[in-house]
Parts: sequence; C-alpha cells; structure tokens
Amino acid sequence: MIEIRNLTKSFGDNLVWEDVTFRIEDGETTAIIGRSGCGKSVLLKHINALMTPDSGEVLIDGKNIFELDYVGQRKLRQRFGVLFQGSALFDSINTFENIAFPLRYFTDLSEHDIHDKVMAALRHVNLESAAEKGTSELSGGMRKRVGLARAIILEPQYIMYDEPTSGLDPQTADEINELIVVMAEQFDITSIVITHDMHSVLEVADKVAFLDQQKLSWYGTIDQMRQSNQKNLIDFISASEYQIKSKSSI
Amino acid sequence: MNAFKELGKYSSLLYQALRSSTEFSTYRKNLFHELVKVGYDSVPIIILVGIFTGSVMTLQSAYQLQFAFIPLSTIGAIVSESILIELAAVISGLVLAGKVGARVATELGTMRVSEQIDALESMGFNSVSFLVVPRVLAGVMMFPVLYIVASIFGIGGGLAAGYFSGTVPPADFLMGARMYFYPWNVVFGFTKSFVFGFIITSVACYKGFFAKGGAEGVGKSTTEATVLGCIYILLADFVLAALLL
Ligand SMILES: Nc1ncnc2c1ncn2[C@@H]1O[C@H](COP(=O)(O)OP(=O)(O)O)[C@@H](O)[C@H]1O
Ligand SMILES: [Mg+2]
Repeated sequence: MIEIRNLTKSFGDNLVWEDVTFRIEDGETTAIIGRSGCGKSVLLKHINALMTPDSGEVLIDGKNIFELDYVGQRKLRQRFGVLFQGSALFDSINTFENIAFPLRYFTDLSEHDIHDKVMAALRHVNLESAAEKGTSELSGGMRKRVGLARAIILEPQYIMYDEPTSGLDPQTADEINELIVVMAEQFDITSIVITHDMHSVLEVADKVAFLDQQKLSWYGTIDQMRQSNQKNLIDFISASEYQIKSKSSI
Repeated sequence: MNAFKELGKYSSLLYQALRSSTEFSTYRKNLFHELVKVGYDSVPIIILVGIFTGSVMTLQSAYQLQFAFIPLSTIGAIVSESILIELAAVISGLVLAGKVGARVATELGTMRVSEQIDALESMGFNSVSFLVVPRVLAGVMMFPVLYIVASIFGIGGGLAAGYFSGTVPPADFLMGARMYFYPWNVVFGFTKSFVFGFIITSVACYKGFFAKGGAEGVGKSTTEATVLGCIYILLADFVLAALLL
C-alpha cells in the first residue's frame, strides 16, 4: 500500500500543490487527473522518490521513502515500472536492447534467458515484430508499448503511467487502455495512471484523484465520481466528455 | 540564476560524480565508448590542428626573423617550445570544446528533456555515475594523449614546413628543438591538457544534465557548453601559467 500524506511541493515561489493526502491500495488502479500543468507528473515523481517534497511523506508498506538513503531509494525505484509521457526510450540502442537494458544491469541472466524474457515482454504488448527496429522508426503508439514492455521487464510491484494515451489517435489510445487493464489483471500490478483523458479513466481506473487549485480537490471511486456534484470536477469531466463525443461523431 | 547558485549546482554535481566514481560496474561499458569517442575519434582533427599550427608557426617565425642575424636553429627552438608549452594544449582544447563539449552537452541535454535521465533514475540507476563519470574520466584520460599527438604532429609539421619552404633545414630545426628542450615544458603542457579535459567535459555534462525546455533548451545548453568551455580554458591557461611558470 502507498500512503501519500500531507505532501506539499513548490519550485521556488511557484507552489505546485499542498497538503495532498490519499492512499493507493494494492491491486487497485488509481487515476490521477487534472488540467495540464497542475502537477500530475510532479506528483508521480514523488511516489518513487525522484523528487523530494517540501513537506509531507510517502509511505510504502509503512516506511517513509524520503527517509531512505540513496541506495535504499534506488532499490525502492526498482519496485516501480514507469512509462514516461514521451516513452523515454534510449535512442542510442534498438527496441530489443531498450527492453533488455534493465536486465543486463540488474540481473545475472544469460543471453538466452534475456532473449526469452524480452520476446515475452514484446509479446505482451503485441510488438514481437519490432524487436530489431531502431527507436526512431517506431510510431507514437509503438513507442508507448516498447516503453511499457521495458517498464514491466523487472516484474515490478507497481506501475506508473504518465499520460499513456496523450498524442495518440483514439483507436491506438484504446489499445493502450486495454493493455493497462490487462497488465493490472494478469500481473496483479498496482497501477497509477496520470491522465487528462476521461475516456481512459473510465476504462482503467478504480479510484480517481483530481488535482485542481493547487490541492487534491476530489478523491473517490468511479461510481462516486459519476454521482459527485462538485462543480470543478463536473466541469473537468464534461470538458472531456465533450471531447469524447466530438471524437466519436467524426 | 546567479553565478553563485550555478557554481553550487556545478560543484554538487561534481561531488556526486566523485562519490559515485566507485561504482565502476555501472559505467565500465560507457567509459570504453567514451574513450573511443573522445580520444580515438578526435585523432584526425588533432593531427590536422597539430600539423597546421606547427607549419604556420615555422613559416611565420622564419619570415619575422629573416633579417635578424640569428642561427636558424633558433626557429626550431621557438616553434617546438611554443607548441609544447602552449599551442598543442590550448588550440586542441579550443577545438575539442567544440567537438567533444558540444557532443556531450547535446547528448545529455537530449536525454534530460526527453526524460531518459528520469527513466534511468527510475530504473534504479545512479544517472550521474552512468552518464557523467565516464565522460569526465574519458576527458581527463584522453586529452593528455591528444596533447602528445598534437605536439608530435606540430613539431613534425614545423620541421616539414621549414624543409619544404627552404627556410629552415631539418638539421638546424632539430638542433634548436633539442637544445631548448626542457622536460618541464612537457609536464606543463600535459598538466594543462589534463585540466582542459576536465573543464570541457564537466562543464558540458553540467549544461546537458540540467538542460530544460525541449529542443530549444538543448540548443542553448550546447551553445553555453561550447562558449563557456572556451572561456574557462583561456582562464585556466592564464591561471596555470601564473602558478606554474
Ligand atoms: N523540474 C522542475 N523545475 C521547476 N518547475 C517544474 C519542474 N517540473 C515541473 N515544474 C513545474 O511544476 C508544475 C507542474 O508540472 P507538471 O507536473 O509537469 O504538470 P502536469 O500536470 O501537466 O504533468 C508546472 O508549473 C511546471 O512548470
Ligand atoms: Mg505531465
């Protein structure tokens, strides 16, 4: 379980959010939603200690991760897979090597076993054919899938997605949403999905955390969200729904 | 950002690099690549720089001294000494600030703005050890080697220019070069190139590592790395001359 408690972060004079508190239960998928620039990515980078807050704590299995030393934090990070917004593939190596990369550095697997694991991961994301491709030859959707294969290769306990569907066409976005659900079910992974795409939220999430006005403005289940009459939440959702409708009418 | 803050950030990056330089297994492979890229790949341009520097110096000294009643060997002495003390290190340094500094800043800057550095960190890597340490090490290891290359080809170029232009016979050139050869000059030039290698790679790593703002930000950090690299080389050259001569 991940507990985020009274977390506050600012960059210089620029307050990102303050006093953010919520919990992520094991096995659940939590969506963190909010407008762009509201600090979703910054929050994600606190959950695996890539950034340090001004105050507050993040407890994982009861331990405050900001009190760990650097080595402890690095061990902790390996329990997370992260799919970055732009996929963050290493452009100096090909698709196969990108996925094999963590295995080469953090395991003692033989070349044969590495090959098998990488191909299995590629199969999970339906991309076996792309193994030998350079990363620059991949489309946006393919890059996300390679990033996802790399994120799960060390069999993490948690996986975090930073805007996994942004910049993709609706069909490809749906494929990614499906993958998120499959990953969560098949590997029993706890997922955190950052997005401003309500369609994606409805597809994948159990719980929703809404960042707005520099705080955690709303938190609850999908059903609670549908019934909520909190104005800024409704506005955010209806803005997205308008988009969804206009997308499907094209 | 003010200069003190920048200096603080730069020092803290170097401190982290120093601390993580013990994680040899993390950067062993990258170090090998960097030694090739910084050293081996720079050899052609350094040979070119050496030959031209030496031959131009010889021709110009011969021209300037053509009416002075001095032995021709003096030209060999002037050329070889200038190359060993100053030119082989400084001119190579300025050229490499463009070649090596720009490449390093662009590489790291691109990795930063495309979140590849975050990806490394989130996998549990020490990104400073993985990216910065091998580049700075390659700089301090290969620049002195390149200094030697530049010196040999510089003096060789000077000798050849004297011969082909008919101004300084090789025997005179070599006699002058040998008569005024002090090992200390080589130590001095060697030390300089070591310091320049450190400056160029560490400044480029710093600029790249903290790049922000997309492609434009990477361009900015590359330009700054190159310009600052050149300026700091000239400053360091002055400081070292004041300290060691
Ligand atoms: N490393 C950083 N340094 C300074 N400001 C930052 C940094 N990262 C993010 N910010 C700022 O924090 C705010 C939230 O950014 P971000 O989390 O990326 O938003 P989003 O919700 O779109 O993911 C923005 O105003 C951004 O400018
Ligand atoms: Mg973001």
